Amino acid sequence: MSTMPSADFETAYETLATAIDSAGPEREALFLTRLALVLGHELGDIAVFQNAIRTALDGLE
Amino acid sequence: MRPAGKGPLDSLYFHYPIFPARRVPELDGVTVRHPVAIVGAGPIGMTAALVLARYGVRSVLIDRKDTFNDGSRALCIARPSMHILERIGAVAPFLQKSLGWRYGRSYYRGEQIFRLEMPHPPNEKYLPMYNLQQQYIEQYLHDAVTACDLIDMRWQSELSDIQPDADGVSIGVTSPAGNYRLDAEYVLAADGARSPIRSQLGLRMKGDNYEGRYVIADIRMDHDFPTERRAFFEPSGNPGGTVLIHKQPERIWRVDYQLREGESEQEAMREENIRARVGAILGDIGHDRPWELEWWSVYSANTLCLDDYRHGRMFFIGDAAHIVPIFGVRGLNNGLADSENLGWKLALVLNGEADEALLDSYSPERRGATLDVFANATKSTRFMTPPTRGWRLAREAALSLSLKHEFPRGLANPRQMQPYTYSESPLTPYAIRDAEFTGGPACGSVAPNAKLPDGSHLLDQAGIGLTAILFCRGAPSTDDIMLLDRLRNTDKRLAALLIGTSHVSDADGEIARLYAAAPGTLYLLRPDLHVAGRWKTIAANEVLRTAALCLGRARA
Repeated sequence: MSTMPSADFETAYETLATAIDSAGPEREALFLTRLALVLGHELGDIAVFQNAIRTALDGLE
Repeated sequence: MRPAGKGPLDSLYFHYPIFPARRVPELDGVTVRHPVAIVGAGPIGMTAALVLARYGVRSVLIDRKDTFNDGSRALCIARPSMHILERIGAVAPFLQKSLGWRYGRSYYRGEQIFRLEMPHPPNEKYLPMYNLQQQYIEQYLHDAVTACDLIDMRWQSELSDIQPDADGVSIGVTSPAGNYRLDAEYVLAADGARSPIRSQLGLRMKGDNYEGRYVIADIRMDHDFPTERRAFFEPSGNPGGTVLIHKQPERIWRVDYQLREGESEQEAMREENIRARVGAILGDIGHDRPWELEWWSVYSANTLCLDDYRHGRMFFIGDAAHIVPIFGVRGLNNGLADSENLGWKLALVLNGEADEALLDSYSPERRGATLDVFANATKSTRFMTPPTRGWRLAREAALSLSLKHEFPRGLANPRQMQPYTYSESPLTPYAIRDAEFTGGPACGSVAPNAKLPDGSHLLDQAGIGLTAILFCRGAPSTDDIMLLDRLRNTDKRLAALLIGTSHVSDADGEIARLYAAAPGTLYLLRPDLHVAGRWKTIAANEVLRTAALCLGRARA
């Protein structure tokens, strides 16, 4: 896990919430998928990305 | 609202006294010009009257009602407010009756995801938070008001009109004993969220309204759980809505629950629906024994305030000036801070100890505190009542990840009220001196308390005027003594606390550590115990100018 300061994480949370609204309900899945791909590429580490995918899938209902 | 068959004051646990309208001198043709008239005898108005009385200033307090608030609205008293209650001599019954607390828990779908632990350093005198129903808060303050010869309390006295002029304010009062005009030099509007004074003056609050609505219900039950704040996200007893549970004295529990989007408020407020929903929520927390319904109401979050809390000789305090969301317990607590902030300034002006210019600092200081509250409360409100699909999805993602992961759990922190720092106030002119310190309370912040060997606390010795905390090595220097004398000439009420002397030995250096001080360090505190200035090594002209500013006697 990263050592992102909690204030930054909170800003990330708020930015994401606002961005989902900007994308609109029709395109939110597409937006979130694009976001994941952008982040995965920025991350530059396939093992970390795959682990993140597992974390996000785990417990999904 | 109360259950069918009960009157508005038929409480399960609280006896409402009925206060008659009194025949006042004005009705017999006696012309009295009161220094201060306070409109609204809720917790904020009564506290303001008691703060003024502490300085010997008389006030008239009018309220249109004949008794206390009909239900428990405000509930949580934060540590800084306990200090205010202590300073007005009213804290004892609060300590005896209220339930102190510092922990909380947040749950998602029944599983605990966040443990709230509010700091409680050993040097502090009071716990971070105390729960007490508003009726008791009002009763205890009223007991203090009744015991005070300087406060003229007039129940069943309603403001009909208000007419300010250059050197005073005239209020029309209607009461069963007769109608009259009440003349005062200054008026404090403590007349609540729907402030009639605000409407009469045509002033409007600005800000935001939030969509989410909460039902707040008080019930009585025997339920074995410590005094903690419990928040339930997505509980099975209230699908699609958040639930908050607080413990209060007299076996009363506060259950707040969020209404679902599109749910009819009128339907939700019907007694059978309240009973059904509260019953389901209680089932969730494992309470399957009987419970009684006391009172309920509905609430939606707002962040609204006036542009200016001062209007000539009229000042707005409490909900009349600002409406804040309940999440984070800032309504009552900020109102009490308004009362104290304005109270000491106005009292010193009326006593001729401070110049009128001091009153100009009330609105910027307290409005600054409101805007700070808005920033925090907006964050907690967005979490408690997500306003849009984006916020709802983000919250569901964060909460569901919180079940197994630590990293998102802090988002569920309710951000309980913290005292505001008056760092940009005109009364805090040398904040630049903060750079000389490696810790301790910054300019404008609340001075920390310290425990003394005899069990008392350092700030018990603070005065009702300015307080100088001087750190010495054994004894104050000649220069220090001269400075204290000059400060005493500026403020006859000055209290000097000499740390590191026989006065306060600070043998273990704890006070010096809390204040990041060394011998030669000076802190100057205002009457509300916020730091007006601090100097690692004394700059006498700056200290004296700060003291003069705190009494309105120097230009900012």
